[in-house]
Amino acid sequence: METNENQTSASLWPALAGAVLTTVYVILLLKVESQTEVIGLLIVGAVAILVGTWTGHLARAGQTLAGRENILNLFVILGTLAMIGYFHEDHFILLLVATVMLYVLATLGLNLQFGYAGVLNFAGASFFGVGGYTAAVLGTHTAIPGLLIILIGGVMAALIGSMLLLPVLRTRGHYAAVVTIAFSLLFKVFLEVNDVLGGPQGLQVPGMKILGWKFNDNIEIGQNFELSFYVNYLVVILLILITAFILVRRLERSWVGLNLDALRLDETAATCFGLNIVRWKITAFLLGNFLIGVAGALSGMVIGFVAPTSFTFGDSLILVSIVLLGGIGNVWGLVVATAIVVIIPEKLQAIQEYRFLLYAAMVMLMLLFRPEGLLPRPVRQFFPGWRSK
Amino acid sequence: MNAARKAKRAPPHLRSPKRTKAVGPVVMRVNGLTKRFGGVVALDKLDLELNQGEILGLIGPNGSGKTTFFNVTTGIYPADGGGIEFAGADITNKTPQAVYYAGISRTFQLSRLSLPLSIFDNIMIGNHARLNPGLWFNLMNRQGFKREFEENFETARDLVRIFDPPLADRMFKPVAGLPMIDRRRIEICRALIAKPKLLLLDEPSAGMTHDETAQLMDDIMEVRGRTKDLTIIIVEHEMGVIERITERCVVLNFGRKIAEGTFKQVSRDREVQEAYLGIE
Repeated sequence: METNENQTSASLWPALAGAVLTTVYVILLLKVESQTEVIGLLIVGAVAILVGTWTGHLARAGQTLAGRENILNLFVILGTLAMIGYFHEDHFILLLVATVMLYVLATLGLNLQFGYAGVLNFAGASFFGVGGYTAAVLGTHTAIPGLLIILIGGVMAALIGSMLLLPVLRTRGHYAAVVTIAFSLLFKVFLEVNDVLGGPQGLQVPGMKILGWKFNDNIEIGQNFELSFYVNYLVVILLILITAFILVRRLERSWVGLNLDALRLDETAATCFGLNIVRWKITAFLLGNFLIGVAGALSGMVIGFVAPTSFTFGDSLILVSIVLLGGIGNVWGLVVATAIVVIIPEKLQAIQEYRFLLYAAMVMLMLLFRPEGLLPRPVRQFFPGWRSK
Repeated sequence: MNAARKAKRAPPHLRSPKRTKAVGPVVMRVNGLTKRFGGVVALDKLDLELNQGEILGLIGPNGSGKTTFFNVTTGIYPADGGGIEFAGADITNKTPQAVYYAGISRTFQLSRLSLPLSIFDNIMIGNHARLNPGLWFNLMNRQGFKREFEENFETARDLVRIFDPPLADRMFKPVAGLPMIDRRRIEICRALIAKPKLLLLDEPSAGMTHDETAQLMDDIMEVRGRTKDLTIIIVEHEMGVIERITERCVVLNFGRKIAEGTFKQVSRDREVQEAYLGIE
């Protein structure tokens, strides 16, 4: 045990250097605008990953951090804060960072459903939309505080999702997926013809207000220092994301996570050992939709409006492809995959029009050559670093 | 075969096939159990009585209804007629969950472990009844959860140790990389950790060598020596296994019981020889 501790503390510096390098790299990638620079940076990144894999540095850093997850978490939070600090007045980039974080939050929910319980949900964007519309309606017509609206957005997504429970539970595998596809298509049409919800134009979403703190105002510090109003949202999103991340992690590393894995991998065997399949599928589906709804409500507030075209079947597919790309069931994989899927098309204007083609190609290549995803899910450690006496 | 066995594992008294054990009370009673698949009668009015603590061998040619009997007993298939009484309760057509909670656990003919999960995870699936599934407990009470986790880890590790001590040091390794014999052992551990009253073993020797089978049987006998009152039904094609570990055999053919008695008795039975062992 003692030697192990020495090893980890000795090799903490490379991990720290790696974290700093990664943060600087991401900041650079977000900052540069000329297309050649973007392409150059992407190539540098790819080469660095290849070299790191080849020399084994990446694997070693991964092992060091796997035993000391708190440090990894701290690095990521500090890196994100550094990024927010650096771009404190750049609306566009901050919105991009917020989008990445909200997608991570939504795919955490999807991961709970698909990665753990094996329930495919091709209506992710619809439940995201439920959250957004809830925020629009409640924010406009009631005086409910912003944070509560976000929670209600999640609850609404879970409630509306429960309409799907009966058909999803009666069917298995691909058939359950078809049910969610149908819902996704219906949902968009429903929004488009529904005048109360603004029809095809959508609705405005009022900004968040907590105790007189208006999120849609820029923050002025002193005379000539001003922070973009997105910083308000980013702080709240980061806090909510950290909470959700911890909860999903704990869920994975508990009997609940084990039950979900057991029912995904072999329903018959699981039910022969007393597992209530229906109960756990419902739990995963509702909890997942709750997270997606929370992300949707936040997203509505950040962007300021919701419209049916933002919640199409195509958007649902993007969410699913993030889960596939990142490594089914691996929460860190979601972060990496979301960053790739959201940031790269935004920075590389050449591929922006072809991004759906690109996603499709990425997912297909991934399923062909590395079906476990970019970061494959490791075997469950209930308490990382725990050793039996 | 004897030489190949690991002598250290099974104490000598367990190795003898002729252990005398007092016959316990009846723990399971099967009355006229019938199961049809379309026109095929897989189980034809099967009657069976099982005494507490005995090891019953269920034998018969392929397709004679042995696995179907397990699947109907554990509630995977509904019965078309007849009934099963277990430990004083009627378990006919109960859900697999209810059957598990009534105290029956099983292994499968084709290993049904969750391959990407660790050894510990797989065994814990069998321990479902003793794990607190509450969301609040699992997510918020991490101290309480850790205590429960540690207790269960000890139990699982001690159980695996009986079967294979080196395996007990690798509890968090995925099952996928393990050889067949270890997978069987884990499957049996998964069934045993539930502390069942009745254990159903469906062809535990399938896919293993002769020596491995012998080892596994030693392990089972040792576990059985430690757990009082554990009743076992074993489906097996390896007659050596049946001869060695069972106290009584039931022979099925086309879903009907054609003979019953000790292995010696049934193997002398003419109908059994014709149906199963082949006419000489």
